[in-house]
Amino acid sequence: MGMVGHNGALGLRWCDSSDEWIELRLPWRDALIGDEAARLMASGPIFTMMDNATSLAVWQKIGAFRPQATLDFRIDYIRPAKSGRDVIGRGECYRLTRSIAFVRGIAHDGDADDPVAHCAGTFMFTGPAWPS
Amino acid sequence: MTTRSLPPYARLLGIVAAPADGGATLAMPFGDATLGRPGFLHGGAIAGLLEMAGVAALDAEIAAGGRTVRIKPINMTVDFMRGGREATSYALGTVERLGKRVANVDVVAWQDSRAKPIARAHLNFLIVDDD
Repeated sequence: MGMVGHNGALGLRWCDSSDEWIELRLPWRDALIGDEAARLMASGPIFTMMDNATSLAVWQKIGAFRPQATLDFRIDYIRPAKSGRDVIGRGECYRLTRSIAFVRGIAHDGDADDPVAHCAGTFMFTGPAWPS
Repeated sequence: MTTRSLPPYARLLGIVAAPADGGATLAMPFGDATLGRPGFLHGGAIAGLLEMAGVAALDAEIAAGGRTVRIKPINMTVDFMRGGREATSYALGTVERLGKRVANVDVVAWQDSRAKPIARAHLNFLIVDDD
């Protein structure tokens, strides 16, 4: 991930991938706190991570870069991520159509079987794949 | 809602209280911390502004009612309607219902004109008695 822009400001990192999914990592930083009393990470950084992880998963599924825009994105915050822990986001594209990519994912803070968040969204393609 | 009460994440994005006469809750000047692909805001930064404006609106409504409770986000759904450009973004949060246990909040974000929203969000919060 780049060190500039919004992703850079959050400290978002590449983590891992398989044929089916992309994983990114959000290292714990005090600057990401949204609830100062409980010292909990804000949900916004997790939103950004899942948007990015699922977006990359679309290009992984296509096997090429294709410009796209997020049409809608929903996150269920199942439980707060534990204070001080990195959060990992795993995104996948489960369906491609001519115009729309359907994605989903989970975020967890160490145990993928005990996620902190679930997400679902759609991306709309805004141009042809490159290289075509 | 003052800037001082915004959490570190909001300050990281440069989010501030909006001018009192502008009809918005919060404002987010364009900056590197909000940049996505060149020339456009990152959708995640827009989502962050929407979330913070929703929380700010709910905090204000709860304070106006004299309650001391904690709020926990349950979920958030965002529709992205236009690309955000290199300009200040504004967001207005509206508490559609504040119940005993749940609050439903709508937020809209725009740049040049309120009539041309760049994104909108619906957020549900759990309300927990602070005792």
